[in-house]
Amino acid sequence: MPEIKVTPLGAGQDVGRSCILVSIGGKNIMLDCGMHMGYNDDRRFPDFSYITQNGRLTEFLDCVIISHFHLDHCGALPFMSEMVGYDGPIYMTHPTKAICPILLEDFRKITVDKKGETNFFTSQMIKDCMKKVVPLNLHQTVQVDDELEIKAYYAGHVLGAAMVHIKVGSESVVYTGDYNMTPDRHLGAAWIDKCRPDLLISESTYATTIRDSKRCRERDFLKKVHESIERGGKVLIPVFALGRAQELCILLETFWERMNLKAPIYFSTGLTEKANHYYKLFITWTNQKIRKTFVQRNMFEFKHIKAFDRSYADNPGPMVVFATPGMLHAGQSLQIFKKWAGNEKNMVIMPGYCVQGTIGHKILNGQRKLEMEGRSTLDVKLQVEYMSFSAHADAKGIMQLIRMAEPRNMLLVHGEAVKMEFLKGKIEQEFSIDCHMPANGETVAVTTNPSVPVDISLNLLKREMALGGPLPDPKKPRTMHGTLIMKENSLKLVSSEQALKELGLNEHQLRFTCRVQLQDPHSDSDTLHRIYTHLKSVLKGYTIQHLPDGTVMVESIVIKVSSCAEDANTKVLLLSWSYQDEDLGSFLSTLLKKGLPSGLC
Amino acid sequence: MKLYCLSGHPTLPCNVLKFKSTTIMLDCGLDTTSVLNFLPLPLVHSPRLSKLPSWVSKDGTINLEKELKECAGRVFVDSQPEFCLPERELLDLSTVDVILVSNYHCMMALPYITEHTGFTGTVYATEPTLQIGRLLMEELVTFMERVPKAQSATCWKNKEIQRMLPGPLKDAVDVWTWKRSYSMQEVNSALSKVQLVGYSQKVELFGAVQVSPLSSGYSLGSSNWIIQSHHEKVSYVSGSSLLTTHPQPMDQSSLKNSDVLILTGLTQMPTANPDGMLGEFCSNLAMTIRAGGNVLVPCYSSGVIYDLLECLYQFIDNANLGTTPFYFISPVANSSLEFSQIFAEWLCHNKQSKVYLPEPPFPHAELIQTNKLKHYSSIHGDFSSEFRQPCVVFTGHPSLRFGDVVHFMELWGKSSLNTIIFTEPDFSYLDALAPYQPLAMKCVYCPIDTRLNFHQVSKLLKEVQPLHVVCPEQYTQPPQSQAHRSDLMLELHPPPMPYRRCSVLNLPFRRRYERVYILPELANSLVPSEIKPGVSLATVSAVLHSKDNKHTLQSVPKAPPAPPSKKRKRVPEEPPVLLGPKPLLSGAVPLEAFLATLQKHGITEVKVEETADGHILHLQAEDTLIQLEEDGTHIVCDNNEPLRTTLRDLVLRFLQRL
Repeated sequence: MPEIKVTPLGAGQDVGRSCILVSIGGKNIMLDCGMHMGYNDDRRFPDFSYITQNGRLTEFLDCVIISHFHLDHCGALPFMSEMVGYDGPIYMTHPTKAICPILLEDFRKITVDKKGETNFFTSQMIKDCMKKVVPLNLHQTVQVDDELEIKAYYAGHVLGAAMVHIKVGSESVVYTGDYNMTPDRHLGAAWIDKCRPDLLISESTYATTIRDSKRCRERDFLKKVHESIERGGKVLIPVFALGRAQELCILLETFWERMNLKAPIYFSTGLTEKANHYYKLFITWTNQKIRKTFVQRNMFEFKHIKAFDRSYADNPGPMVVFATPGMLHAGQSLQIFKKWAGNEKNMVIMPGYCVQGTIGHKILNGQRKLEMEGRSTLDVKLQVEYMSFSAHADAKGIMQLIRMAEPRNMLLVHGEAVKMEFLKGKIEQEFSIDCHMPANGETVAVTTNPSVPVDISLNLLKREMALGGPLPDPKKPRTMHGTLIMKENSLKLVSSEQALKELGLNEHQLRFTCRVQLQDPHSDSDTLHRIYTHLKSVLKGYTIQHLPDGTVMVESIVIKVSSCAEDANTKVLLLSWSYQDEDLGSFLSTLLKKGLPSGLC
Repeated sequence: MKLYCLSGHPTLPCNVLKFKSTTIMLDCGLDTTSVLNFLPLPLVHSPRLSKLPSWVSKDGTINLEKELKECAGRVFVDSQPEFCLPERELLDLSTVDVILVSNYHCMMALPYITEHTGFTGTVYATEPTLQIGRLLMEELVTFMERVPKAQSATCWKNKEIQRMLPGPLKDAVDVWTWKRSYSMQEVNSALSKVQLVGYSQKVELFGAVQVSPLSSGYSLGSSNWIIQSHHEKVSYVSGSSLLTTHPQPMDQSSLKNSDVLILTGLTQMPTANPDGMLGEFCSNLAMTIRAGGNVLVPCYSSGVIYDLLECLYQFIDNANLGTTPFYFISPVANSSLEFSQIFAEWLCHNKQSKVYLPEPPFPHAELIQTNKLKHYSSIHGDFSSEFRQPCVVFTGHPSLRFGDVVHFMELWGKSSLNTIIFTEPDFSYLDALAPYQPLAMKCVYCPIDTRLNFHQVSKLLKEVQPLHVVCPEQYTQPPQSQAHRSDLMLELHPPPMPYRRCSVLNLPFRRRYERVYILPELANSLVPSEIKPGVSLATVSAVLHSKDNKHTLQSVPKAPPAPPSKKRKRVPEEPPVLLGPKPLLSGAVPLEAFLATLQKHGITEVKVEETADGHILHLQAEDTLIQLEEDGTHIVCDNNEPLRTTLRDLVLRFLQRL
């Protein structure tokens, strides 16, 4: 039995360093190649030595597919392709291809320049890695090779996020990456057609959340910002240049407009224009509303949000500042933080995850005294808020996607084991399909049952369909006969006659003739008629003919009668049939040997 | 398999393909050349146009004073301009299942078809095609609706009267079917039937046919289409280009192995080189401006204008035109410029890499930012106050019959300082200018048509090797004006099948196979045997299921076992279930080997008699005859069923079953 094998190298019962190996129809595919935010050692990247101990991966992988630009999905890519070694194709959508290298460069700078790590990928490696990228368009069917084809679907989540449908022959897998099933402020909802894959690999970040609480989180966020502004405080929002920042900007922009607020909103320099530009140029990837109105009003051209200058930080009065980087470990966001930390009227909102060791991580853990360089300490008096804005499908959304795609098997990744367990139970119960949740390094095999595509001769098919009638009769299935010719790679199903002709074979006729003696005191023709009547009553549903030339035909079996020369009452029946009627012929000869029942007219 | 040809215009095609059980309309082009027979629609009252004399036939019998006006010897209909629609009588258009659109110029008749023929199907187009197509329709509707004309001329269409009119009105065909423009409501309704597709996306139609758009390199989102089943392939090539302009390059290799290739939308200017024309455009423009004149460029609001602006972007500084204002006037000017910047996926590689930076792919963004290019929705409003001369104006419609261009013709036509530069190839410039004669302004004709020329297309066809080519009849002979240029036509072997408006072609297809799927259970039960090296056979007995045009074969269900309580008296009494025939046999039974086998089974007394065609074996002890021949075996055996079946099986050992 053919099977599909799946091994997560990362994101198995965990969130972070997504990297899932899939073997399908003899092809090996790597889905995502991410880093883990929680580790600073080897565990930061997936363990590629699982694939091979001897270095390069090119010959072990047919392709790599990156679902979106978040670092936990693409952060290990240059390491994998340039340092471990992979030269095959890497597929990602256009926006991912555009934004991914920027985030990788950011990541590299933080790790190497700030933390001083060596043995890390270089800027050049990021560039070389991106040269191996083949851009994917939505719904385009990309032929990776003659057998392997992939197709991207819209996933929401972040700009350019995609789900992929992977198909080899009649076997297929869908990998969702991260997705959300409800449109948000700037993105649409994920969608897939009823592609009935053998296996659906889904993220399960919010496996136990039943109602999407995003709207509540947004309300919370706005309320907190508003309160702080009202009491004259300053709000710092450390962000990464791309992704959440734009979403929060749209959120604040519309809120400012609605509430007619006057406090300034700033976005730290260098980033605004560039980052927002990506959103403007890839507007076709945003939600319907933004797309529809972009000519009149581009949502990413912000009226209330202005470029920040470092001198503004000392301005009196309330303000909101978006500054990079997102974990308060360096740069402008840290500088502003230092300035504002002493005032309890101020607030810092952390909209994303923070790595251990960063100031962001420390203050989120409630630390109120920070040691700074030069043995100085910083008292943290301002309010610290954490707010997650990641857009993921909740349990309802995941179930909705299963209903959309109708997979034969499920596999959960990118979530916590306990929550997965809960969802697994729900899925198995509601859809009666197997649901797997392998840990990292654990392999799951899903057996598939592919049907075999064959070319049937149109004559045979048409004949069969004409005989079968317009509607199939479930009680009386018609059996079709044909010959399957297997030549090189082609499979052709033709009628037996055509098979003989096509292969240049002669037909060999096998015939049987059988004489049966019968006591029947009637004339020959009467006997024949009695046989006809007898057979008619025994063989229901057969074609029986009494022909004028003195024969009875049952289907194509010929029966003749003659009198015995010695005794006129002894009749000799001559039965003749071909091998094709063997069953019936054999039956008839046995039947007639028993004689004719009396009482036949 | 049939092709119904509903348009005679080779670059604005409308064909219907009946392929397997589906009815597919290929493009929905609107022939707008009909508007050349009408008087221009001025935006503001034009004393010149209103004073044109009415046309009266020479003998004075026909006087359609209200309908026909004469200008410089030509006769024009004074009415809202009308378009020549695709033929609607050739087949019932409500039976069309889908419409495949190849580019935004070839969908302008869509509302007439989807809204007024009972059409209930789906339209497939790429996103740029839909968005820009919508803009072009919106522009057309605005042009027509903002200057409504009360009267609608119909008398001239009377056959008797039309016959008496001077050309080209006299020769206009099907004038009764000409229609005025549609409304915005009809446009919206028509476009709501569009389903978006991406390049190389495979779309299944009723399980029978798969259609897939391919990049054609001509305009944003322009596509050729592959229509195929597992064994047949039709390629539809429409408006394709091999030049490097802004769109994604043409996908040629996917057109390979077509049974039929339908070829439309070749260049309308086979002798004009687009690059040369672009150079001429720039130099004429610069010359006029330097001399203090204005330049009028009648154009569509999307397409070549992007390339013209890009060319000017590089040209103006070198030519010292930095201070000359460039105006783009159209109800959709802003939208068109904005939309062009957001279709990164559909652009050529160079432009794509700009987006990664991120920079707008087209330099007209910079022209707008630096105030060198200004766009207005019409001549009214801001434009009238901001307008400075000398200037360059891009505006529509290229037919010069409606749109803001009419105003500039009236305004600038009298001065020889000004120049009109024609860049769109769809209309003859002489015909376009006819109602403005006499004209003092200079006319320059630089038609830029990037579509395939005959040289490129013959190279392409050599490459992709379709079995048959279908094309408009215009492509099978040189153009009338250049009858000696045999290089301006398609020469192919076998010759292409030409079509004209209202042709119905039988496409030369021989369908012989269809795809069927053998379910795994059945597949596993098959027993293949090798009959020749590399060729194996297996007999298949199965039940055929056909659903949604997909066929599957499954195992024959086993008959339910008879209820055990009802004991059968004697088994042979039950006739065998009609299971259909046994397989055919092939091969021959060799005498010696057969005799040896008989011996092994204890049949030793065999008398062999040679006959003309083989041998007769007389099994003396059993009183049985076996006639062995090259292509047949006949067993004559009485009253000994066990022996007969043994002999049968022995014979079968030497034969192949099919």
